[in-house]
Amino acid sequence: MTIRHHRAVGAVAAAGALALALTACGSGSDGPSAAEDVTPEDVAAALEEGGDLLVWAWEPTLDKVVEEFEAEYPNVDVELANVGTGNDHYVALQNAIGAGSGVPDVAQMEYYALPQFSIAGSLADLAPFGASELDGTYSPGTWNAVTDGDAVYGLPMDSGPMALFYNAKTFEEAGVEVPATWDEFVEAARAIHEHDPNTYITADNGDAGFATSMIWQAGGHPFEVDGTDVTVNLADEGSTKFAETWQQLIDEGLLADVPGWSDEWFQGLGSGEIAALVTGAWMPANLESGAAPAAGDWRVAPMPQWTAGANETAENGGSSLAITEASEKKALAYGFLEYANAGDGVATRLEGGNFPATLADLTDEEFLAEEPEYFGGQKINEVLSASATGVVEGWQYLPYQVYANSVFPDTVGQAYTGSTPLTDALGAWQESIVSYGDEQGFTVSE
Amino acid sequence: MTTLASPPAVPKTARRMRRRSRWTGWGFVGPFMAVFALVFLAPIAYSLWLSLFQTQLVGGTSFVGLDNYARALSDPQFWAGVGRVTLFLLVQVPVMLGISLLVALALDSGRLYGRDFFRLTIFLPYAVPGVVAALMWGFMYGERFGLVGNFNDLLGTNIPDPLASTLVLPAIGNIVTWEFVGYNMLIFYSALRVVPTSLYEAAEIDGAGPWRVISAIKLPAIRGALVIATIFSIIGSFQLFNEPSILQPLSPNYISTHYTPNLYAYSLSFSGQQYNYSATVAIIMGVLTMLVAYVVQLRGMRKEA
Repeated sequence: MTIRHHRAVGAVAAAGALALALTACGSGSDGPSAAEDVTPEDVAAALEEGGDLLVWAWEPTLDKVVEEFEAEYPNVDVELANVGTGNDHYVALQNAIGAGSGVPDVAQMEYYALPQFSIAGSLADLAPFGASELDGTYSPGTWNAVTDGDAVYGLPMDSGPMALFYNAKTFEEAGVEVPATWDEFVEAARAIHEHDPNTYITADNGDAGFATSMIWQAGGHPFEVDGTDVTVNLADEGSTKFAETWQQLIDEGLLADVPGWSDEWFQGLGSGEIAALVTGAWMPANLESGAAPAAGDWRVAPMPQWTAGANETAENGGSSLAITEASEKKALAYGFLEYANAGDGVATRLEGGNFPATLADLTDEEFLAEEPEYFGGQKINEVLSASATGVVEGWQYLPYQVYANSVFPDTVGQAYTGSTPLTDALGAWQESIVSYGDEQGFTVSE
Repeated sequence: MTTLASPPAVPKTARRMRRRSRWTGWGFVGPFMAVFALVFLAPIAYSLWLSLFQTQLVGGTSFVGLDNYARALSDPQFWAGVGRVTLFLLVQVPVMLGISLLVALALDSGRLYGRDFFRLTIFLPYAVPGVVAALMWGFMYGERFGLVGNFNDLLGTNIPDPLASTLVLPAIGNIVTWEFVGYNMLIFYSALRVVPTSLYEAAEIDGAGPWRVISAIKLPAIRGALVIATIFSIIGSFQLFNEPSILQPLSPNYISTHYTPNLYAYSLSFSGQQYNYSATVAIIMGVLTMLVAYVVQLRGMRKEA
């Protein structure tokens, strides 16, 4: 994750703003952003003095946080705008940054999208504001996702350590044990589908976020980024492990061909026809609201392992808040960030159903002891928190992951239609990723 | 004597008048020209300007001349999209216009009971916004909970999911046909209404049957309308976007990001930030559409003459 200094300097001539940002975070010297001398007192002073803050985010629990923040700092006026969820949000943000006007001070950033904006120099380095001292406050997976060397580009808001959510009733009826390894998962998939041909162990018709998380857990490092040098290898050991296992499920028709978050998907989750989901820890609230008919049937188990007995997991989803380089009120914005993601705002968001990224909350006894009725009174947070401690380290996303994910159905999706093997399809994805990277001026090697 | 002074005065006022009248016309078209320049010419000029540059995440913007055009002309994804909409054009447009013509002739024949009711009903889908129509059909196509699913349950048939197979293009064709049959029918029908009834009377006296009347009077009379409807449909086909874009989340593996040229241009700029290349694709597609429409128009007019 370290940025090779000479390389960044060499790029200055060609890379303009980007190189400037890289040099700045490498040497911590020049540039308008390098607010080295910002002390906690400065941030406190900015909060006292007040002003307007524009925040772009879609996280629903932030509404309440903003309300309480404004009550605490009456001179600050926060405007919370939802300009879209996920990709729509990034498009709007990219456009605003490109146009150079209307750029928000604070923006929500999913972990996979963060590098795309930080590498382009669109996000402010928060280390000079004292963010580096928060090392150890957050789970390693999320902290790793928001940092690049010494630079900190955002404060983690929530996290998505993965676990196996399963419908205990469906599993029981089929007489299937809860799988602890991926081999067992494949066996369970067969047994469940054989028991009732309308029932599938899970739904997957090709999802970039899921596939990358699976590769992550399997120990793969398909994307390695060093400044503007990008290495792509979707045929490494981890990727191959995932591809070979998943290929069996595709070949034998054991996956429901239902797009995630569609009406059919929620119907299937509610009716038990989709028996399990391997996904992030933020899922419970979605199950409760979207799959209400199955209340009491769902349970949570650790993510299936590649090696029996291990505790290796990955993150899926989750987001942070970041400050834009264009913001003129960075100290004030940092005050808000700290409040929302490290201060009192955290408790407010947890009450709203957020899954924490903060270690203190992940190990909080009260939090761990919760027994949601929807999950039959199971202490699900114990399982989910344990997952957070097992996240495999060293994972990196592409500096243009948003684009890469958008062409995932064009390439890897073809494997789900049966027209090409998954390993070849991953190769096709790699090809698109490489050619786009070359076009955009990155130095891409395979 | 005073007349001596007046002669030069006359041409002077006349000149002034002439000068004023030269600008009077502009005064009238001025507001239109201003709006036209702003909303028609400026965007085209801006697209042309954009298409000459390349913006990179690393390296910023640079002038690349016609490189983007060279790239588009040899871009297999672009041409696959063009091929797809051409196939769509060749199959869907004749079917749609055929049905429209049939309905228009049936309505015009005067032998239909409840003519106004049919006219309105057939036109109704056109009043449904395209996005809503696509969403609605997306539901109906659902194999599990949609109409297709109900059909399969009821009749024990096994119709494959129209959105999870290569049937996607025909499925889109079906939506577009449903939407635009009424619109084209109305064009044909109004053209038929202006045919002088004396022609029909003459034909009747000559002993012409209904088929003869159609082929010898009605069709030649509405050739202009046919050409217009065809041109509209060609443009519509080449610009196919709404339906595939709305159905994409339901069928991501079959509707690629470069399914149609317009969808390709959209994906390029909104998920790839390749605005320059996107502008190039849009311009090439615009020129292509214009060419095809022009050829059809030439052919249509020549026959008419």
